[in-house]
Amino acid sequence: MAAPALILFGFFAIVPLFGVAALSLVHWDGLGEISWAGFDNWKAAAADPVSRNALWLTVKLTVLCVLFQAPVSLLLGVFLAGAQRYRALLATLFFLPLLFSSAAVAITFTALLDPNFGAGTALDAEWLSQNWLGDPDLALYVVVFVIGWCFIPFHTLIYQAGTRQIPRELYEASRMDGAGPVAQFFHITLPMLKYTIVTSTTLMTVGSLTYFDLIFVLTGGGPGNATRVLPLDMYLTGFRSYEMGKASVLALVLVVVGLAVSLGLNRITGASRMDSRSEA
Amino acid sequence: MKLGTRRRTLLALGASAPIVAAASACGNEPGGPSGDGATAWGLTGGAEEAMRASFEAWNADNPDNEITAEYFANDAYKEKIRTAVGSGNAPTLIFGWAGATLAEYVANDSVVDLTEDTAALMDRVLPSVAATGTIDDKVYAVPNNQSQPIVMYYNNDVLEAAGTQQPTTWSELLASIEALKGSDVIPIALAGQSVWPELMWIEYLSDRVGGAECFNRVIAGEAGAWSHPDMLRAAQMITELVDAGAFGDSFASVVADAGADHALVSTNKAGMILQGSWIYPEFLTNAPDLVAKGGLLFSTFPVVEDGKGDPSSIVGNPANFWSVSADAAEEDQQTATDYLSEAIYDDEHIESLLSIGAVPPVVGIEDKIAAADNAEFLTLNYEMVRDAANFQLSWDQALPADQAQELLNNLSTLFLGEQTAEEFCAAMDATL
Repeated sequence: MAAPALILFGFFAIVPLFGVAALSLVHWDGLGEISWAGFDNWKAAAADPVSRNALWLTVKLTVLCVLFQAPVSLLLGVFLAGAQRYRALLATLFFLPLLFSSAAVAITFTALLDPNFGAGTALDAEWLSQNWLGDPDLALYVVVFVIGWCFIPFHTLIYQAGTRQIPRELYEASRMDGAGPVAQFFHITLPMLKYTIVTSTTLMTVGSLTYFDLIFVLTGGGPGNATRVLPLDMYLTGFRSYEMGKASVLALVLVVVGLAVSLGLNRITGASRMDSRSEA
Repeated sequence: MKLGTRRRTLLALGASAPIVAAASACGNEPGGPSGDGATAWGLTGGAEEAMRASFEAWNADNPDNEITAEYFANDAYKEKIRTAVGSGNAPTLIFGWAGATLAEYVANDSVVDLTEDTAALMDRVLPSVAATGTIDDKVYAVPNNQSQPIVMYYNNDVLEAAGTQQPTTWSELLASIEALKGSDVIPIALAGQSVWPELMWIEYLSDRVGGAECFNRVIAGEAGAWSHPDMLRAAQMITELVDAGAFGDSFASVVADAGADHALVSTNKAGMILQGSWIYPEFLTNAPDLVAKGGLLFSTFPVVEDGKGDPSSIVGNPANFWSVSADAAEEDQQTATDYLSEAIYDDEHIESLLSIGAVPPVVGIEDKIAAADNAEFLTLNYEMVRDAANFQLSWDQALPADQAQELLNNLSTLFLGEQTAEEFCAAMDATL
């Protein structure tokens, strides 16, 4: 039964992966002869300050994304899980960003954040007319915000569903014991959402590691190298500098880091034992 | 740097999804060497209309030797053509920018020598443009559309309000910047986020300070070419401009793709802009009143006093070019060279280019230009190219891709003030 899936996976994931591994050991500019490089590309990538900075930025971006998205989507999800009418209405509005393409979102935000013609000028709000995407100290945080804007709705949806599955009896019992909404949140909702949190956080982490299109359109990696995260560095090295060997090294690093992080998260949080709970 | 189709980052996304692995497998495109008719890959946007018209006319006249043309977005094309040429699957007619890529094609024997077949045509092409398609005295690329030099545009209303006028020298430029700052506008609009508009500044400044040799040393790969005193001076002048607030304090957030740079000039928020001749139509659309009353001025780049450069020298895109693939079947190569020698810049082609405001780099068309719409601007455009001592191809095309990327990277940090001029030059020396 698993054969078709395995064949597809092997053909579209495993085979190209070996192709990339092979490419990482050669010099190739996409045009001329392919020549053997040994580990030159690996050494070059390890010594390149731009790539090292890209790796660091990727870690930073991932941590910031999780720190920003997780609490907001948790709170929004719990809030929207309530049965009130107005919450259903709000939920519909909140989920709208899920429908938009990343490229369109990025172009719209570029226009909104334009220091001369953006939202600041339109609303006559001086503080909105900052050098948002042009200040190397600010650009990464703006990127984190825009990514959050795109993905918080998705995670909110997960939390909303998770919260609705918590048995009502638990809340009723705790109310009899005199627990208020805050105590209920910390002693019932949060513990019961443990596995939802694991799932959502894993998705956020792996997603942020490989995040590309929105940043590409929003900043192109700039200003300077301030938002040149690893996936972007890989693309620019491969398809702008035509250093296919070095770009393949970066691609492999991404694969290994992505796998390690998601496996690690699974281990630490015990998500691999998740099925035991569903039987309870 | 690219003719009108530069503004296509979005479309590039269509081709950006495949990871590096895909590159190894994407050589098998149509247009192979089977001899089943000549093919051509062109670009959408820009002078696409004129190119389509030219092929249609050729196919109508030569039903036995038709050329099948396909059109791609700029960035998607650049990624595709490289692997196609590298794997021997290039179209018969290869669209390009000349420069380093053409030199690589020649070094790999991917394109054929066109010197003999196109001699008559190349005699009619303006010398500064013809030189771009020539390597070691042999013609490998023939221009196929318009010349697009980089031009200084001025909003005279803004200049007058600040009590200054169109600068013709470096010191006048600095004085104008001070005056414009005093009247609370951005002196010079610059799309720093896109980075490539920043190239235009160092291209012109290094030429005015050190002449064409300044960059030719880089092209020749001479050690220390970037830290030559003339190049260093040009980099220092950029730092001076940034420190003087010439570009305002948020230029790094301004994107050229959306036209947010020239919009500053159209809306009286900035006094001047250095940009390609391809943005002129945008002024006609966005600031018709300003253009109508003669408030939009344009000229070549100011002279640097004591500089070694010839003030007639220009930078930009001499044109786009056709090369003929060496991997194509012989009869298809013949069709392609016949097309180049007979149809490029024939009367019909010149007319269709002029009708979309594009100036072909051909000798003796002054009268035709004078009769066209916007004759004043088109004439300046034509005369700049005709009289240029040197027409330097944009550096990001002239340099090999890896060096060009390093340049864009280092230049953006120079403009941001994260690197000094000396650090910029040292970092670039390391790429030689």
